[in-house]
Amino acid sequence: MSRLEVSGLRAAVDGFEILRGVDLEVESGQVHVVMGPNGSGKSTLSHVVMGRGDYTVTGGSVRLDGEELLGLPTWQRAARGLFLAMQYPVAVPGVPAGEVVAAAARARGVDPAVVLDRIGAEAARLEVRDEFLARGVNDEFSGGEQKRMETLQLAVLEPRIAVLDEIDSGLDVDALSDVARRVEAMTEEHDLGVLAITHYARLLDKLRPDRIHVLMAGRIVASGGPELAQQLEATGYEGLAADLGIEEMSLRRPVAVDPFAEPGF
Amino acid sequence: MTAFSADASRTLGGPDWLTRRRSAAAERLADLVWPSTAEEIWRYSAVDRFDPDRYAPVPAGELGPPGAEAVPGGGLLAAEAGERSGLVVVRNGRVVRHELDPALEARGVRVQGLATDTDGVAEPWLGRCSDASPDAFTVLHDAFLAGGAFVHVPRGVVVSAPIVVLHWSEGDGRATFPHTLVVAEEGSEVSVVDRYSSRGRDHLVDAVVELLVGDGAHVRYLSVQEHGPETWQVALQRAHLGRDAGLRASAVALGGDYARLRSETRLDGPGAESDLLAVYFGDGHQMHDFRTLQDHTAPSTRSNLLFKGAVEDEAHSVYSGLVRLRPEAQRSEAYQTNRNLVLTDGAGAESIPNLEIEANDVRCSHASTVGPVDDDQRYYLATRGIPPEEADRLIVMGFFEDVLNRLPVRSLVTPIRAAVTRKIEQRGGVRA
Repeated sequence: MSRLEVSGLRAAVDGFEILRGVDLEVESGQVHVVMGPNGSGKSTLSHVVMGRGDYTVTGGSVRLDGEELLGLPTWQRAARGLFLAMQYPVAVPGVPAGEVVAAAARARGVDPAVVLDRIGAEAARLEVRDEFLARGVNDEFSGGEQKRMETLQLAVLEPRIAVLDEIDSGLDVDALSDVARRVEAMTEEHDLGVLAITHYARLLDKLRPDRIHVLMAGRIVASGGPELAQQLEATGYEGLAADLGIEEMSLRRPVAVDPFAEPGF
Repeated sequence: MTAFSADASRTLGGPDWLTRRRSAAAERLADLVWPSTAEEIWRYSAVDRFDPDRYAPVPAGELGPPGAEAVPGGGLLAAEAGERSGLVVVRNGRVVRHELDPALEARGVRVQGLATDTDGVAEPWLGRCSDASPDAFTVLHDAFLAGGAFVHVPRGVVVSAPIVVLHWSEGDGRATFPHTLVVAEEGSEVSVVDRYSSRGRDHLVDAVVELLVGDGAHVRYLSVQEHGPETWQVALQRAHLGRDAGLRASAVALGGDYARLRSETRLDGPGAESDLLAVYFGDGHQMHDFRTLQDHTAPSTRSNLLFKGAVEDEAHSVYSGLVRLRPEAQRSEAYQTNRNLVLTDGAGAESIPNLEIEANDVRCSHASTVGPVDDDQRYYLATRGIPPEEADRLIVMGFFEDVLNRLPVRSLVTPIRAAVTRKIEQRGGVRA
């Protein structure tokens, strides 16, 4: 049984605060979905949980099974059982997925042969063709191929908690269905806990969430069961914001004013 | 310059045709002017640090008479040569052992030392390439050419397993002059591997490789340079291609203090094609220096160059390449790509691609990049639980993979990959 606890999490980029106190708790086997409009801080949340260097944490904590993760480098968070499936997975030319998971296994003290053995079965399950296993990971992959490959690595590495950053963007219906079905199965077979971040409700048909959270302007403004997604579907983010009396849905970074840019100055 | 005298050149022995060639060059020694970085072709190089007085040629007495089969270290090196149809061991620039599959010998293939070529079979070929691109180092080379390897494949003969040439040089303050002359006559096919290694304080290797690829012939060539940490290498590799000839030439440079390779390819016959690859990786205070020329002198020729390098610690590299499409080179294609990874703040890479296009119906492109390991790639691998040192190893190996995958002699890919991996793993380590 694992638990990811995010509490009072605040984070800034270049001095501008994007997360303004986020609280969440995801346990093994659960699926939590964070929804929010563009600019609400969704991707920032996933990267701050994972420890990306571009963000400065200004408050709060992120704990996995009671252990504080803030201050640990990304790879150590992953080694402790966290996984991030990226919205835009990065191409690493010349390094096939097999090498990636083998290196990840070695870093965890696991025999790489164990994870390599699983690749074939996972590739079949996710309909990943051999050529994509031979090529450098994500190198000239389509959106669907990227997300299938992210899911393959997730399945092979068997983390405790997976953060899925817009796993539903940039892929077609078939790929979305394969990916969501595989993640859903992992929650049942391996008790995987999922924190899925998305803009759209379409992911929710396949990935049956336990809890929905709505993120606006760096805060979770509403949490509820799957019915919250239906409400959002009906009202849209603006409607929900109006119902909640929220004026600011998205965060826009202040633009420095340059008086010399004015024509005629 | 006292050590490099015409008298010293005269003591080297060998057949008359070879001594004549040596003395012609030796006559020019007195007037030799060493280049400086003021010349474009030497810009960014370490030539200003070059001091000829630190070196002397290996005396004839130490070399032994031409043809003497004395092979210190040769046995060990031979064991590393892998699958082959022929082997030449060159010690301090002179062939000390050679062998060839008897079936190929029966078909007229020749693998031997230049200094024992008493029939002068090599005479009409030697210098065909290098004489077309002379500089002070090729003159010095010609004056002290003790021997070197000669590979001759007659018309239509196909040599399937590679011919391996092992160049071993040693001696403090010694200069050696390895030479490889490959002549592939019309319609023939051959693969040749040159492996260079050396040791000694202040060792100079002034090497020349000539690849003559006849009409319709196909040559695959790989040079692997693993010189000792105090070796200076100044090398010229030059190929001339006939009609419909094909050359796949690749260089792997890992060793040396300062190691320069001028790699020139002239596509003289219509339909000629060349594929040029290199992998280089410097660490410590090493400097790798490449100057390339893709010279298209005939129509419908094609050349494609991909050079990839990495530098770490305080190492530096230079890539300067020229694609020249002469007026006769209509309907030709030439591509040139140089990519560099700079792994530490103290390291640096220069990349200077150039085009000189004198024909109007051609396709041509060049690209060059110099940069550190991509942070996004590191982060991506970190999200899988891979620590930064291991991530860098994967990224750097992946960076080289497209070149390593295309190296023309497959049997050497695994040891080369292992050698590159060792370089990455030694990162920041103390070097001799």
